[in-house]
Amino acid sequence: MSSGIFIQHLINGLSLGSLYALIAIGYTMVYGILLLINFAHGDVFMMAGYFMMVTMAGMGLPVYLSIPLVLLMTVLLGMLLERSAYKPLRDAPRMSIMISAIGASYLLENLAIYIFTGVPKGYPNIPFLTKVVQFGSVSFQLVTVVTPIITVFLLLALMFLVHRTKMGMAMRAVSKDYETARLMGIKINRVISTTFGIGSFLAAIGSILWGAKYPSIFPLVGVMPGLKCFIAAVFGGIGNIPGAVLGGLILGITEPMLIAFFPKMTGYRDAFAFALLIIMLIVKPTGLLGEKTTDKV
Amino acid sequence: MDKKIKFLCTVCLVAVAVIFLFAVDRGHLGSPYVKRILNLSAIYAIVSVSMNLVNGFTGLFSLGQSGFMAIGAFSVAVFTIPKASIKSIFYVEPMAPWLVEMRLPFVAAILIGGLIAAVLALLIGYPVLRLKSDYLAIATLGFSEIIRIVLTNMPTITNGAFGIKRIPPITSMFTVFGIAALCIGIMMLLINSSYGRAFKAIREDNVAAEAMGINLTLHKELAFSVSAFFSAIAGGLYASFLTTIDPKQFYFTLTYNFLLIVVLGGMGSVTGTVLASFVITYGLEWLRFFDSPLMIGNIPVPLFRPGLRMVIFSILLMLVVLFFRKGIMGTKEFSWDGIYFWFKDKKYRGLLKRKAGRKAGGSGA
Repeated sequence: MSSGIFIQHLINGLSLGSLYALIAIGYTMVYGILLLINFAHGDVFMMAGYFMMVTMAGMGLPVYLSIPLVLLMTVLLGMLLERSAYKPLRDAPRMSIMISAIGASYLLENLAIYIFTGVPKGYPNIPFLTKVVQFGSVSFQLVTVVTPIITVFLLLALMFLVHRTKMGMAMRAVSKDYETARLMGIKINRVISTTFGIGSFLAAIGSILWGAKYPSIFPLVGVMPGLKCFIAAVFGGIGNIPGAVLGGLILGITEPMLIAFFPKMTGYRDAFAFALLIIMLIVKPTGLLGEKTTDKV
Repeated sequence: MDKKIKFLCTVCLVAVAVIFLFAVDRGHLGSPYVKRILNLSAIYAIVSVSMNLVNGFTGLFSLGQSGFMAIGAFSVAVFTIPKASIKSIFYVEPMAPWLVEMRLPFVAAILIGGLIAAVLALLIGYPVLRLKSDYLAIATLGFSEIIRIVLTNMPTITNGAFGIKRIPPITSMFTVFGIAALCIGIMMLLINSSYGRAFKAIREDNVAAEAMGINLTLHKELAFSVSAFFSAIAGGLYASFLTTIDPKQFYFTLTYNFLLIVVLGGMGSVTGTVLASFVITYGLEWLRFFDSPLMIGNIPVPLFRPGLRMVIFSILLMLVVLFFRKGIMGTKEFSWDGIYFWFKDKKYRGLLKRKAGRKAGGSGA
């Protein structure tokens, strides 16, 4: 394999990994606070894609108007989801909340099938992102380099939010001890809502970048990225934001590399992430950057 | 209630069920469509009860059912298709020669499927069952996806993504219902045995159960692999029910159907689960009219078009989960005593109310 092709794969992997990271952050934040897998996160990502399609292709809005609109709609969707599917079960057993999450994911998928039919549709073209750039033997779309930059920027912004602002302090408090935080007068519901909002915001950005890269959208488009990003979050240590980015990058880089070096494994592409997850859970259940937790009796 | 009366009631119920099945099977009652729905419900009941064994009784959140079903389904498909049609089904890549020679009767094929699933569950269970709820859920879900992907990538055995057609069907409802009754019966025996009590203890409190001397690994493994075994049996029935299968049908979303049945029936109730599997399978068919265009007079109602059925279904699911969390039966089982006292209770509760009215403090009951 020539170095040109290797670099090409590396850049693609880095870009895919950053995309995974953006979505994985949404999982990790919700897990950190509510201790539950937000099964519907992948579907929020999918809905963001459809919002983009509706605003750009359907309503004919220009890009600079439709992107903020999509971000806003997705954030509202995420918050609505939390309000309707998670909030009523705040004090219910964990299993009920997880089932509710699965139900919510199912509902969003069926809603998308109902409204937009199951037929894959083309994602609207964003010329800025899909422009092809040539560097010697390496060529890529602009989105490939833009994605890691955006991810790094958002990661820094998020770290600032979590460690330097009052809301971030509240988030950390809630994730440490939910009950005590409530007793200390932290408005739990507002913190959780904000967390979902931020997660959905990142999913929406991920969706726009994803759409530029893979310009096809269908109701189940969010399922596989959703699961893989959850795996990335677990891999990096769930509840840990840099961990999610690290996990996303590792998964995003190794997956295409595996296929590039072992073309015979192509059919096992989706199995790879799951195998990685099971191995990780066995070897180090808390993930790469996770802390060890002790059981409370 | 007297034991004799209870026994009599049970005998009557079984007799009515058998006569009903006979009538439907022979076409005296209902239609082939009703027959299909009933058969499907019985198959779903097996998977759901097996899922409840792990999720409801042992308290482990497992989402691997569709993978185990796929193993059973493909085992039946691969071993029972007649030799004559193998060539036309495996037209892309021929079936492995050693497998072509291995034609087995249905019972052997379905049992092999079950055993493979059970052994795989044992192997995967050992590391995975130590994990806690969410991790276990995602690991089992991942495992079921791995099974599906591996099945897709074994063209000489499973015909890959093309799937297998012309699987010999089961024609008699008595076979399906007989197998279902047998499977559910065995699981009920297990649940009512000392192992079952240990399962429930693990569900209630992991740590306390261990402190009482219950071997956690052993019991979790047992529940998990028994569940896998019966899921695979149901998968085998499913294959011969559909006569055409491909790996895509066993996508992990299939598991969600059974999860819904378990939730609606009541986590920790076998009879509730069986009831729910009939209610939900029938309900899903009944909702079908939402999918076809509806005309009131000459005006078409705009909302009615394909896809609405599943939206309504998932909204109903959410409503059940949010507001009706215990399901139909909670952790109770159907019993004649239950029915008897339910009727008697109405009177009894009325009496209590009157009593409470008289004594301002209310009664302790």
